[in-house]
This record gives sequence, C-alpha cells and structure tokens, in this order.
Amino acid sequence: MTKIGLEIHCQLTNLESKLFCSCKANYREFQINENICPVCMGLPGSLPRLNQEAVKKGTMIAMALNCTTPDKIAFFRKNYFYPDLPKNFQITQLNIYGDTSIGGAGSIMVGDKKIRITRIQLEEDPGRLIYEGSSTKNQITLVDYNRAGTPLVEIVTEPDFENPKQVREFLNILSDLLENLAVADPSLEGAMRADANVSIEGGNKVEIKNIGSFHDLEKAVHFEITRQNSLHSRDITITQETRHWDDKRKITISSRSKEEELDYRYFLEGDIPWVKIDSEIQEKLKSKMPESISSKKERYISKYNIPSQVADVLSSDKFYSDLFDESHTENNAKEIANIITTDLMGLVDTREKLEKSKITATHLRDLADSIQSGKISRNSAKNALYEIVKTGNDLSQVISELDLGNVSDESELTGIIREIISEESQAVEQAKSNPQTINYLVGKVMQKTKGKADPKLTLDLLKKQIG
Amino acid sequence: MNLKISALEFVQEVQNGNISAEDFVAKTLERIQSIDDKLHAFLSINEDAVNQAQEIDRKVKSGDKVGVCFGMPISIKDNMCIKNSKTTCGSKMLENFVAPYDATVIRKLKQQDAIFVGKVNLDEFAMGLTTEFSAFGPSKNPWETDHVPGGSSGGSAVSVSAFECVASLGSDTGGSVRNPASFCSVVGFKPTYGLISRYGLVSYANSIEQIGPLTRTVKDTAFMLNIISGLDSNDNTTVDNKDENYLSGIDSGIEGKKIGIIKEMLGDGVDPAVLSATKDAISKLENLGATCEEISLDMVKYSVAAYYTITATEAGSNLARYDNLRYGYDFSVEGYEFNSYITKARQNFGPEVKRRMIIGGFVPSTGHAGKYFLKALKIKSKLTREINDAFKKFDLLIAPTVPILPFKIGEKIDDPIALFLVDINTVTANLTGKPAISVPFAVSNGLPIGIQLLADSMQDKLLLRAAHALENTVKLPEVPI
Repeated sequence: MTKIGLEIHCQLTNLESKLFCSCKANYREFQINENICPVCMGLPGSLPRLNQEAVKKGTMIAMALNCTTPDKIAFFRKNYFYPDLPKNFQITQLNIYGDTSIGGAGSIMVGDKKIRITRIQLEEDPGRLIYEGSSTKNQITLVDYNRAGTPLVEIVTEPDFENPKQVREFLNILSDLLENLAVADPSLEGAMRADANVSIEGGNKVEIKNIGSFHDLEKAVHFEITRQNSLHSRDITITQETRHWDDKRKITISSRSKEEELDYRYFLEGDIPWVKIDSEIQEKLKSKMPESISSKKERYISKYNIPSQVADVLSSDKFYSDLFDESHTENNAKEIANIITTDLMGLVDTREKLEKSKITATHLRDLADSIQSGKISRNSAKNALYEIVKTGNDLSQVISELDLGNVSDESELTGIIREIISEESQAVEQAKSNPQTINYLVGKVMQKTKGKADPKLTLDLLKKQIG
Repeated sequence: MNLKISALEFVQEVQNGNISAEDFVAKTLERIQSIDDKLHAFLSINEDAVNQAQEIDRKVKSGDKVGVCFGMPISIKDNMCIKNSKTTCGSKMLENFVAPYDATVIRKLKQQDAIFVGKVNLDEFAMGLTTEFSAFGPSKNPWETDHVPGGSSGGSAVSVSAFECVASLGSDTGGSVRNPASFCSVVGFKPTYGLISRYGLVSYANSIEQIGPLTRTVKDTAFMLNIISGLDSNDNTTVDNKDENYLSGIDSGIEGKKIGIIKEMLGDGVDPAVLSATKDAISKLENLGATCEEISLDMVKYSVAAYYTITATEAGSNLARYDNLRYGYDFSVEGYEFNSYITKARQNFGPEVKRRMIIGGFVPSTGHAGKYFLKALKIKSKLTREINDAFKKFDLLIAPTVPILPFKIGEKIDDPIALFLVDINTVTANLTGKPAISVPFAVSNGLPIGIQLLADSMQDKLLLRAAHALENTVKLPEVPI
C-alpha cells in the first residue's frame, strides 16, 4: 500500500509583524534587504521578542485541526549552518521533552478518509537565497533576509494518504480552513511550502524536500509514486533517501547532501520563557474563532434549505460566505445564495477580479429583494450585477442608467399588450380555446419590452384582455 | 580635582555646582591617557566625551532638566552595544563590528545623562576569568600590575579601581562581575536573573547571565540598579520589579537576619588568607546582630562541571552566527563555498572560545546529550532546589567570592582545569538565578579579597542592604596607582 505523509509550512501571512521582531510579516512589497532589523538579522546582542498574536493564531489552527493544545508551550533551537539562517540556528518547537509544541495529535476528515495530524509547531522562516550565474562554477548565492523571521506553522501529518488525489483534497480543505480562520492567504507566492514522505508497498521511505506550492506538491507526490513503482516493477531496490523537487523540470532529484545525518543539537531557547495558554485563554480563543466551514454548511442547509451542493461551494470560500452572511435575511437567503454561486462566482473568478470587485452586501440584498418583489427580472439582475461589480454604483442607479427596471406600469403594459393582440390575432384565437398557449403571447410581450415586463402582471392583463 | 569620589558624591558635587562635569570628564580622560598604558583596561575611548559633558554643564547652569547621572563618566564592557561604536567582544571576529543600536542599559543610562568614556577589556566573548583570553591582550591588576585583574569583566574592575571612571557595567555568566571585583577591590553585583535587560548584551550563555554594575561603593551599585533595572519589552526574560528603589532603606542594617555559611565553598584549596578574611567577615556580621550558621549545599561540588557543560552548549549556539557573512572582519569570500568559508573565517576565534565551542558541539549532540547536557540540567535544577530550601531557613548566604588570591599573568593560562575551579564559588548564583554581590573586604600582602553574599530571587534590595552593612565594617587601603 502506498503511504504518503506531509510536512506543510504555512506562513501566517495575515499577521502584522514577524515572529520575533516588529518587521513586517508581509515582506513581499519590500526592496531586497529592506525589511530587516537587528533582531531578524541576528545581530550580536539582539534578542527574540515573541509575537503573542502568532501564538494565538497558531493555537486557533491547532484547534481547527482538532489537535490537543498544551497549556504551556516552549521554543527550541535547531542548530545548523546555512546562509539563509542569520543566527545559524532556527527557533522552532519540538515534542521530544514532553508536549510543548503549539498543537499535539489531531485529525481532519477528507471525504470519508481520516487524516491524522502528528503535531503543529510555530517557527521562524529563514531568509531567501537567490542564485545568480548560470554555470555551477561561477554561481554566486545572494541572500535576501526580508523573509527571515516570518511566522510559520509547520503541520505534520501521519502517513495516512494513499494517493495524490487525497493529498490534493486535503490541501484544498486546509487552504480553505486557513483562509476561513483569517490567518493566511494561501494564494500568495511561497506562503505554502511542503515536504512529503512517500513509500510504496515493500519499498523504503523517500523524503521529498523543498516543494514550493500546493500545486507542485500533488505533482511531486505523483511523480515519486510513479518513479518508485517503475523501480519496484524491475526489482530495483528503492533506497531510503532525501530527494529535492525540481520545479522547473517537475521531477524529484536525489540530494547529494547528507542532510539526514545532521545533528541539530536541539535545546531549549532560553530567551523565550514558556508561554502559558491555559484553559481560560483557550476558551477565549475558541469563542473568537470564526465559524468552521462544516458548521457554516450545516447552517445554510438546515436554516435556509439551501441545496447541499450550493451550501458546499458557498461555505468553503471565506470571501463569499462572509458576503452571504452579511447580506442575507430569512426571506432572501436562498435567492442570495443563488446569485452568488450561479452568477457572481462566474463573474469574479480570479483573485485579481476579486480585489477589483466593488460589490457589497447591500448590493446583494437590494438585488435579491428586487427580484423577489418583481422590480427586476432575473435576466436583468444578471446585467445589473455585472455593472455593480465594475462600478460599485447603487442598484437603483444601475437600473435607471441601463433601463433595466421591469415595466410594471399597468397602463403602459396594457398599451403594449393591445399592440400584440392586434398583431397576433391567430395566436389570440388559439389562446381562447387552449389557455396553455397564452405563454406564447407572454413571450411576445417580453420580446417587445426586452425582457423587462413584469411576468405576473403581463399574464393577468393578457387574460383580462382576451377575456 | 579629586577623581577618587563615589558616583553619588560626583552627582552631588555637579548638582551643587562645586565641580563641572566637563572638568571631571576631561581629568578622567587625562588619567586614562596617563595610566592605561600600564593597565590596559580600555579597548576604545569616546572622543566626544568632553563635549557631551559640556552640554550637561550647560543644562545644569541654565536650569534645564538633567538626568540623575549628571555627566557621570562610566566605562562599558565591550560586549554591550552602543550605537555607532565598536563592540569587539575582545575578539578578532568582531574587531570591526560597529553596533547599529543601543543596548537597553545604554539607552537608559543615556536618558539619565551618563557619559560613556570608553569600552573596556574582557576575555573573548566573556569566556575566561583573567582577561588573558582577550584578543587584544590582558588587562593588569592595578594593585599588582604583573597580576591578573580577574575576569571576564576585568577591564570594568580595573577602570573603577584605578579611578579611570566612576562606575562600570560588566556582565556575569559564572562570576565575571564578582570575580574581577574581588581581585581589584571594588563592588561587583550580579542581580536576580531577569532584573536587568540583556537586550544589546552579546550572548555567551543567555539562560544564566546578567549585566551587573561594578562600583566603588554598595550605594553606587544601588544607584546604578535604580537606573538600569526593570521590565523591557525587548527582553522577554525580564521581570517586573515595580520600579523598586534600591537606595531607600539601604542603611537599615541586618539585625536579626539569618546568614548561612556555605560549607562547600570553604573546603580544600581555599587560601588561608581568604579563609581568615571570611571568618572575620562572619564575626563582623554577627557583631551587627546577624546570626550565622553553616549550611551544606551538596550539589555545589558538581556545579562547575554543570556550569561548563551548559555554558558550552549555549555558547556553541550563540556564537554560531559569527560566520563573518553579515559583519565581522575583513576577509573576502572570493574562491570559497559556504562551508569552507565559515570554517576558515572562524579560525579567528581564540583558543578558549574554540575549546568551549568544540565542547558545545559535543555535549548536547545525539548520543551524548543524556550523559552530559541533560545531566548538567539535572544538577542545575537540583542545586536550585537545594538553595531554595536554604533560603527557607536563611535570609542570606555567605562565602568568599574567589577561593584564592589574584595570581600572576600567565601562571594558570595553560591549565584550563585549574582556571575552571576558580569559578567554584560564583557559578551557583548563575545556575540558580539568585542575586549575589562581592564586597571588598581585605587586602592581604597587597592583594585584595572580596566577600560574597547571596540572597533569594528578587531579594536584591535586602542583599544590597547587607552588603552595605558589611562594607561599613572595614576601612581598606587605597589602590597603589
């Protein structure tokens, strides 16, 4: 049986500052080596200053993944030399001297499959290496320390995955969960990175390091299983080793470095006292946690009778579920869910469009109410939505500017109907004997009003006129 | 101009307009100029000190608000960062390192109008107890210039003792403030762990070390402590002392206090002169109304071994950053890859630092940690339990600061084990986080002897009170320089 385990590094991108200093956690908008200070550069005499907000967010992630949460956590030093590491040690967490990591054992359901979480730890990201020069001989390595000290959570799973599809589904759920907790934006470049352990039946465990995105993680796992299977089928031993993911060629390559032999000489980081997270603090955090995706879905179905599939799509996206929760009332919930999932999500289908979009909860509420009261047809609503996303104008303004409002003025509509009756005498006769065919006439009225005639009123008036 | 006054006297005199800060600082610099060739306390001099003193005199004259130090000239051990000045740590590795920020203690002293006359010598990265391991050569004991001044804050003790400044800041990882204070006949204080922010102190063994003042009188130490102690958001290990005033009530004596005499610190190898000074101190304390009784701290006999195991482990990690990539000395990367470059660059560490880093790479490593590092941690917690029990019975503990008298430069440098054992009486306060102070008490054949008092955590005020009482029982000769 194929076994896959993951170690996922998620930057807490929504935090204001780095894990141990007040430099920005969002290092992406800076010039090289601009977002640095004595602390994240590890200058002589500097000391780490723990970001308490990161501890809270880390605990929330642990809770959301159903992990145990110890009432006291500690930090450790992981000692090794590497140019991206300003202090030549990384401040991280560890469970070998008791459960002192921010999250202990937990689990999450992926479809019907239970994926066990081994632990979650809070740690600092190293700097970023930039390689220049093409030939290996003249290659120089530059270091950008802007990223050094960015808060990360490392989520370690048990080897519970059996195929790349489960890995992908898990990553989707995890991304949605992190976004829903408002701790991270998984779409940012480098925000989510991973290592994977892969072994097939009868083979040794192979570790793949340095996978730069969730997208590549699935590919890397897939590649590795195929590679191992093809070795196995030819009776070649699969050696236990560390491999690196080459994201240009999309293959795994054996690492020549003896990384697995490194002795990290872990010991307690004395500069950061133990952090108490007792049950009182935990309860407080729990009460501040946003509603989980599954609970949202449940609520949408049971309270508003929204179809399961629609509820699923709506609840797993934080932006849209927030918009829904802000805009809906008891009466228009279903209508709004429909507008979001059938029209809006199609219209705003990229991150870029989402950032530019001007739609607000008020817009959605107005739209749904207008549809339900017959002020605007569904068809026109779609056009109005397009305009609102673009301009952010009020619905009433959009209706009048684009002339989208339903014709519900009785005398105006009666005039139009009279015209149709005189033009379509044959159809009128037919309708008199067979009331089913009156829809044809309704269609004609719609045509003439470009879909703006109030359908119910049209039908009533037609019936009255035909007699 | 009399330079031989205490910090509090200096403050008084400037405040009253009897002396000007400019004159005093200028004369201090002249004295450094004339005698430091012989003593080698200073590694660098603040060329701007006289100008800074002028500014303070101007403020005093015009009635502007002046900080409580009134331009008091102090020296700083060269392992604390002063913005825009060199912080060498007595090492070739940091020969050209200019700190881009102020340590918290420096920031606080600047706010109170202290003037830093210069940075003073130390054993490389504070590892040593003689200053012989400074990459820039040893300091000399002003009492006997062919003798060591103690260490690692040797430059601090020399500069205070020889009137090259009014007070100094050192750092104490295993006795590095108290040991040179004892050897040079000045007051040296290591506070409760966390009482003074370490932000800007270059780490050697961060879990046990503290910054501490070296002064001429115990009251001066209390004065300095008032300025530099307290919570600091830049150091998560600092403790809240609620702005305690360590000078208030310092004269109220020690009547009725119970003092434990630590048996293990008066055993074999204690110099007879040191032993008799200690006995004299005990009887003087009894005369002041204290009761003294012997107590045994069994773990003291393992304390030096535990101390070196823990400090080497932390040093190995703390000094790993000196790979010469972001700062350091002039050495081009051309022609090296990362590992060979840092291996080559790190050869500039001196022998004692190398020795401890090699030990520090070994004792916490897989397969050896259980035998060495974890065992050392066990001793540390056992010793802490023992001393906590002792403080249920006693208010204070007493022992000589160093079991032996100052020795000659070069006498023990080739015998690391003999040097390690000089620490036997001082490391306990560091391993247990307790405050301890060395008070000048006797001079034997021209060589100073200090007596050490220890108190329970956060009992620093009581400790200073007792030290002040002890200090008042003796009148010591003046330094012969």
